[in-house]
Amino acid sequence: MTNKITVTNLYKIFGNSPEAAFDLLVRGDGKEAILEATGATVAVQDASFEVAEGEIFVVMGLSGSGKSTLVRLLNGLIPPTSGQIMIDGQDVAQAKGDMLRQIRRNTITMVFQHFALFPHWSVVDNVAYGLKIKGVAPAERREKALAVLDQVGLVAWADSLPGDLSGGMQQRVGLARGLASDPQVLLMDEPFGALDPLIRREMQDELLELQKKLKKTIVFITHDLNEALLLGDKIAIMKDGRFVQVGTAQDIVSNPADDYVRAFVADIDRGRVFTAGDVSNVPVTVQLHTDTAEDALRRMEESQLDALYVLDGDSVSGVVTHRDVSAALRQNGPGNSKLSASMITNFSAVNEGTYLHELFGPASAGLPIAVTDVGNRLLGVVETQAVLAQLDSESTQPPTPHQPATGVPDTDSRVSHTKEVVK
Amino acid sequence: MISPADIATIPFDDWINAFVRGWLVPNFRPLFQAAQVPVTLVLNNLNAFLLFVPMILTTVVFALAAWRWAGRGIAIFTLIGFSFIDMIGLWPETMTTLAMVATSVLFCAMIGLPLGILAARSDMFWKITRPILDIMQTIPSFVYLVPIVMLFGVGMTPGIIATIIFAIPPMVRLTNLGIRSVRVDLTEAARAFGSTEWQMLWDLQIPLALRTILAGLNQTLMLALSMVVIAALIGAGGLGLTVNTGLGRLDVGGATAGGVGIVILAIVLDRITQGLGEGGTVRTVSLRQVLTRMLRGKGAAPIN
Ligand SMILES: Nc1ncnc2c1ncn2[C@@H]1O[C@H](COP(=O)(O)OP(=O)(O)OP(=O)(O)O)[C@@H](O)[C@H]1O
Ligand SMILES: [Mg+2]
Repeated sequence: MTNKITVTNLYKIFGNSPEAAFDLLVRGDGKEAILEATGATVAVQDASFEVAEGEIFVVMGLSGSGKSTLVRLLNGLIPPTSGQIMIDGQDVAQAKGDMLRQIRRNTITMVFQHFALFPHWSVVDNVAYGLKIKGVAPAERREKALAVLDQVGLVAWADSLPGDLSGGMQQRVGLARGLASDPQVLLMDEPFGALDPLIRREMQDELLELQKKLKKTIVFITHDLNEALLLGDKIAIMKDGRFVQVGTAQDIVSNPADDYVRAFVADIDRGRVFTAGDVSNVPVTVQLHTDTAEDALRRMEESQLDALYVLDGDSVSGVVTHRDVSAALRQNGPGNSKLSASMITNFSAVNEGTYLHELFGPASAGLPIAVTDVGNRLLGVVETQAVLAQLDSESTQPPTPHQPATGVPDTDSRVSHTKEVVK
Repeated sequence: MISPADIATIPFDDWINAFVRGWLVPNFRPLFQAAQVPVTLVLNNLNAFLLFVPMILTTVVFALAAWRWAGRGIAIFTLIGFSFIDMIGLWPETMTTLAMVATSVLFCAMIGLPLGILAARSDMFWKITRPILDIMQTIPSFVYLVPIVMLFGVGMTPGIIATIIFAIPPMVRLTNLGIRSVRVDLTEAARAFGSTEWQMLWDLQIPLALRTILAGLNQTLMLALSMVVIAALIGAGGLGLTVNTGLGRLDVGGATAGGVGIVILAIVLDRITQGLGEGGTVRTVSLRQVLTRMLRGKGAAPIN
């Protein structure tokens, strides 16, 4: 994957004497001290990050931490004090005038917290705004705008005024406006911040759904960690204009970089962060046709397991429990028990991306849950107690799957934990 | 008692005379003459046109306009009022006054709108303009006449020029205010989508400021109407002249008749322009909506 956005050592200092403030900053003074000494506000300091193509990069932080300033630096609405912003090979930090306008028309668009729709224009005209600015002919831009409105389910409202729509609908129009000119990068500054919680959930799901199709590179601002964890392929936690931690949702929840992040993470819904892939173990299995009941029993005792998955070649056929197998052996005598006789075939199977909160149902059966791929190949097994252990917020250890004895390859990148901490 | 005048007297009037007669007039005469040309042109044509159109037709047009934008009451008032003016024999004077007001307002808009836009875009420019507008609005209207006579002479056109200067401040002020009060996130959105300053002005700022701008136009119109009467003192015609002549001859009837004509005209123009600004809806109206409304009537929906 190539990087769409590469930001290096980006600084923004508001005020009359940014140079003086910059010197103080380099000396190591804090934001407050600098404000007192020079009257300048350090909004963003030393931010460096990369966003890969098609990725959602979420920036999360409290009010005043510099999130809005950061996104506005990305499309040049605010000129940086220093640093480099490469977007699709163009340096936005150096761009001015016409070049900057071209970048905004063709490469980056933005969705705003309070929608920022033009109240005197119809919905479809609002959506077509970017195209109008680009000089697309009226008929063509209306057609394109209607197609995008269709994607967000608002064609029926095309000729209404934005004021007639609910907040959630207005933000869908805002999103459609951002998408209409088919940009490569979409900046979203707390787009769901002004919506009530239910609508918000709906919009988050819708965004993820759209993103599956569109694969835009998105920089998404929020001050809600749950939202960040849900949407972000990569999340940056911002404090006083600085990135405290950058990583995947799992990294941040399982390895908070400092107390600030830990405080955030303390009361999030871990069931929506971790997936079956995160807690699954490398499976210990028996073969349906070649292994016997004794083999199964021995293997369970060796690995101290209560149940084992039975494979037919590569695909999963069922699960056998220690209790059933030993009962069968006692009844039929050694050598006479076929595995298939004591095998349970209506086991629960999930895929690697299934979130833990969706595992409660399957886990209630008391059997380990099979993690399979589309071809019914067994990738791992989730023990029920592993689900509960991971949900315990006190444990900040990363999930540690059993080391593969036979070397099952990682097929999902979610399992590999790459951590970047930018200080 | 001792007073400052015992110590020294300042020949202020002489200084001003010297400045205006000795420097301003000789050096800038051609400029002042040239400035009169477009005003005279517009005024004469408009005046001729209004005098040419039959009284009935003009009255009906105004009554219809009043009906559209100000309601039936004002429409009936227009019919009765204009007929009354005709019956007291002041129709030609009223039309001349209307031509003068229209000319002044036209030039006020042509000059005031760009100035207001400029003021909204540049804090520096607004800082300079604002005190000038304040002074212009505190100077009594009579005082304008003196320098105007010196620079432009007497007559119809100098009267209009005095009116333009007197009536322009609300146009500048309210254009500035209207554009400045367009929501910041909207202008930010316009910028974020790569619009140029002109595109932003046309698509966003002027349409959203239009109501405020039209309120400014209404105020300008009212100021112009009041000044046009005073301008009769330096030779401008119309109803102002009727009033002046009446006063000069102690002809109470004549002066009152002129005054009534002015009042009727003022009410009709005020209500129509106010209604235009409000547009009959609560929502902000777009430029296009206003234009279509003006051309086709209230019911016309904007076409995309
Ligand atoms: N135009 C400006 N001039 C001066 N200071 C500014 C300006 N814009 C922002 N700031 C300051 O920069 C800092 C970061 O502001 P910013 O708006 O980026 O924060 P934020 O994280 O978006 O906060 P919120 O969640 O409230 O939107 C704040 O201290 C703010 O006061
Ligand atoms: Mg913000």
